[in-house]
Amino acid sequence: MDAPLLRFERVSKRYPAPARGAAQPAALAGLDLEIARGELLTLLGPSGSGKTTTLMLLAGFETPDSGRILLEGRDIARLPAHKRGIGVVFQSYALFPHMTVAENVGFPLEARNVPRGERAARVARALDMVRLPEYGDRRPAQLSGGQQQRVALARAMVFEPPIVLLDEPLGALDKALREEMQHEIRVLHQRLGLTMMYVTHDQSEALTLSDRIAVLAGGALRQVAAPRDLYDEPADAFVAGFVGENNSLPARVVSMADGVARCALEGIGTMPARAVGPLAAGGPCVLMVRPERLVLDAPEGLPAQLAEALFQGDHVRLRLVLPGGAEVIAKRPVGEAALPAPGAAVTLGWAAGDARAFRAEGPAR
Amino acid sequence: MTSRRTALLLIAPLLVGLLVGFVAPIGAFLWRAIADDEVAAVLPRTLAALRGWDGATPPDGAFVALAEDLREARAQDAATGAGGIARAAARLNAEWPGMRSLLPATGRRVTTPGEERAKILSASAEWDTGAPWRAIRSAGGPFTAYRLLATLDLRRDAAGDIVPTPEEQRIWRGILLRTLWISLSATLLCLLLGYPLAWLIATAPARAQPWLLGAVLLPFWTSLIVRTAAWMVLLQKEGIVNAALLRLGLLDAPLPLLMNRFAVLVAMVHILLPFMVLPIAAALRSMDPALPRAAASLGAGRLRIFLRVLLPLSLPGVGAGCLLVFIQALGFYVTPALLGGPNDQMLAWFIGFHANRLVDWGMAAALSVLLLGAVALVIGLYGRLVGFDRVRTA
Amino acid sequence: MRRRQIMGAAGAAALALPGTAARAQQRDLTVVSWGGAYQEAQREVYFRPWMAARNQRLLEETWDGSVGVLRARIQSGANTWDVVQVESEELLIGGEEGLFERLDWNAIGGRDNYIPQAVSDFGVGAILYSFVLAWDRERVREAPRGWADFFDTARIPGKRGLRKGPKTTLEIALLADGVAPAEVYRVLGTASGVDRAFRKLDSIRGDLAWWERGSQPPQWLATGEVALTNAYNGRIAAANAGDGRNFGIGWNQNLYTLDSWVIMRGSPNRQRALDFLAFVGQAQVQAQLPPKIPYGVTATGANALIPREVLQQLPTAPQNAAAALQIDDKFWLDNLDRLNQRFNAWVSR
Repeated sequence: MDAPLLRFERVSKRYPAPARGAAQPAALAGLDLEIARGELLTLLGPSGSGKTTTLMLLAGFETPDSGRILLEGRDIARLPAHKRGIGVVFQSYALFPHMTVAENVGFPLEARNVPRGERAARVARALDMVRLPEYGDRRPAQLSGGQQQRVALARAMVFEPPIVLLDEPLGALDKALREEMQHEIRVLHQRLGLTMMYVTHDQSEALTLSDRIAVLAGGALRQVAAPRDLYDEPADAFVAGFVGENNSLPARVVSMADGVARCALEGIGTMPARAVGPLAAGGPCVLMVRPERLVLDAPEGLPAQLAEALFQGDHVRLRLVLPGGAEVIAKRPVGEAALPAPGAAVTLGWAAGDARAFRAEGPAR
Repeated sequence: MTSRRTALLLIAPLLVGLLVGFVAPIGAFLWRAIADDEVAAVLPRTLAALRGWDGATPPDGAFVALAEDLREARAQDAATGAGGIARAAARLNAEWPGMRSLLPATGRRVTTPGEERAKILSASAEWDTGAPWRAIRSAGGPFTAYRLLATLDLRRDAAGDIVPTPEEQRIWRGILLRTLWISLSATLLCLLLGYPLAWLIATAPARAQPWLLGAVLLPFWTSLIVRTAAWMVLLQKEGIVNAALLRLGLLDAPLPLLMNRFAVLVAMVHILLPFMVLPIAAALRSMDPALPRAAASLGAGRLRIFLRVLLPLSLPGVGAGCLLVFIQALGFYVTPALLGGPNDQMLAWFIGFHANRLVDWGMAAALSVLLLGAVALVIGLYGRLVGFDRVRTA
Repeated sequence: MRRRQIMGAAGAAALALPGTAARAQQRDLTVVSWGGAYQEAQREVYFRPWMAARNQRLLEETWDGSVGVLRARIQSGANTWDVVQVESEELLIGGEEGLFERLDWNAIGGRDNYIPQAVSDFGVGAILYSFVLAWDRERVREAPRGWADFFDTARIPGKRGLRKGPKTTLEIALLADGVAPAEVYRVLGTASGVDRAFRKLDSIRGDLAWWERGSQPPQWLATGEVALTNAYNGRIAAANAGDGRNFGIGWNQNLYTLDSWVIMRGSPNRQRALDFLAFVGQAQVQAQLPPKIPYGVTATGANALIPREVLQQLPTAPQNAAAALQIDDKFWLDNLDRLNQRFNAWVSR
């Protein structure tokens, strides 16, 4: 693998406490992260996880307390924002309302003293790229949200930055538009070979777009992996619960064999699951299984009652109640033949490789 | 329909209040700028005698009428102190210079009836010419533009054409220009001081903002007179400023800080500064805070961010602030009167002078029209250059 | 004369003795005069003694003249003045226009208590002062005998100072041309009389210097700028007494005028105002003013109480009043505009 385009080295940041005495947890604690040239990396995490801080530090709007940020081998951690040459797309788009679309897109070129003629040509090319060639003379206020977002993209790319940061850029758009834009960003990324760092709290968006996803929680990096791997092989219970839907059941390890733990659910039954991380027999664990991996008519499994079946178009979502009241969600394809009627008793089961047993954590953030 | 009527009924007290308390008195006052009743009140018979006159040789009847009018007016004046003849004479003087003394002088000759023509001619042979009679006729009312013309240093000549007043009598254009100039200076100084202050307020931490705003608004909570008087105390020859400068050895003798343009501008800027700061701060605060960051990320340094992003986006606030400050400055009265010298008095002072000292309500009203016209012009210019839709952020 | 001396506080700088203040309902008697050294003398001789004698307070104000000010006070209904000292022209106009209360002469000692010039329907004379012929004895050895010598540049060479304006100037020209004082205004009322006055002025046109402020004539005499000049008698006396000058005063054919006290129309203090005027109309009270400032006073019998050397400096001394001419305000009221035009044209020619 090439030398990474960008590398965070033990980067830490703590904001001043808003009130005296109140200890402020570190916004970012010793982050190590690499981004390869041409990669689209998503920072995923709930609010307060440190993803926005990471972006702020990279864009130069904040300075780290310690650590280095290497861009093409050069430490930029203490360089002012306007000297970093990094493109940023903001959640609010941050288009200059008093300038036309063309002036907005031309602004970074103007700041770099690009001659007028060349500027116009590059602005036109950038607007072509985001499929807004006729909109140069409009004002941002005359554009739709999606169009504004594309202008913001064009503006962040037009000066050919080594990396483009996107801070929840699709947060303000409705679902259909969001999907269209996700596609568009993906296409741009591929066509231009752009390196992008994408920040979002929306895991499905992250799964759709990313080459790799970095999951952050509590200021620390939990896992970096390709979407598929992240989904299938989460490193811990937090990642498993945050990325994609998962049923999470508290259990106790009864025995361990060949990486498979037999987990006892109190008063219900015992089921197998692949053990992730160090697990000891007799200790508590969290058993996680994705709804689409659940089998309702297992020969051997957990007794449950179907509480309701919700038609979702492409699939049916089933709510099941275990003895003791714990709920489990299952998904079945629509075409499947006989679904039990609500109130029916079923036997829940799964293949051992489809479930994961994690070490039990404190309450996940 | 009914709901509209109800709404109309609900705001009716407000409308009536506005009409009675605001529109009507101001309208009545401004009416006096064009009302022309001084001569008609004193010389009704004369005006009647001159009706249908060809303007050449004065008719005999006019002499008798004039004598009767003057006799009655003299008696009236002596009994009431109303000064009707003096007012009519001052009005006629604008039509025909010399009438200010001729009319009262003529009145002194005709105190007893009989021999009217001879008595009047003994005051001045000019009564035998058409000129004084024509002056009486043209000042007979009911309306006149002469005061409004006078405020622009214009008058009508004998032929009725509008001509500039003689050079040595021109004052109002100079005073209008002075008023505009002082207002403009105060506005620019307010902008110079107010913009950084507004920036400080808009970018201060949320907890500090109320305090900073309070500091700016503090002057609002003291009366204008008190603030002006405070400057008198500060700036006088034995005042704090001079004492401090002398103590520091920066001066050998106290500076004349009072009774000049400097003192007027200092106090005006102090009084008007909030009107500049608040709209600019509002404009800056309503701005997306991501914009300066976006500009920085796109490669713009501090200066470029200010010039290309912050300044243009705060322009509506700047415009609103300048408009507010300038228009208020135009009407300043107390501050120049207390802190300025004779060459620092603004139009409002002369309005007050005409109203209070000279009891010349007509001219006071005409000067008010001039001031109102200046304000309207400024607002119109602003609307033309900036547009009112851009004020809304303020 | 006074308004040229003062020009201090243009506004109404109300001042009073320590501890006095206007009460809202019944305000104190307010007396308005010309300020400066003159009002200081009045304060000592009139105001303070009256307050002490009546155990009443009195507010002082100053003004610069102009009938417009009085007119504005009456017509705006915002008058706070009770007794005002006015010039003769203001007395005349204000009386015609009803700005003053008609004087109750019985309340102030009767008409006979005053010299005839001081008596009119609306005002009582306060002081009398003159335009005199003045020269510097150090420079002009041979004293001029009258206005005829003023025009005789062969007898007394040098420049001549006159007040800029037709008033006093045209009278002086006619007196110098041999018109008897009693005839001056009759002659000046005719076109030929005016021509005659200007012809006389033409004869020394190149030697004339025009003063506009009362302080100028003594200054010009002191520097030798003019050999002879028309001047206020008080100014010349003050220069002799205060600056050690040796200026001569020619009383022959001096032109005099009076300032008068009036009571403003509608004054709520009318009775007290009359009492004040009665007090200051007493001969023994008035006699104390001239030693402080050389103006003639108006009570009959006052002259007898004035020291001889002081009296000689006053326009009211019998020998000074003998050949004097009272300036005719009515004439000037009717003719000032017209003659001003003619005069200005003549000066600028």
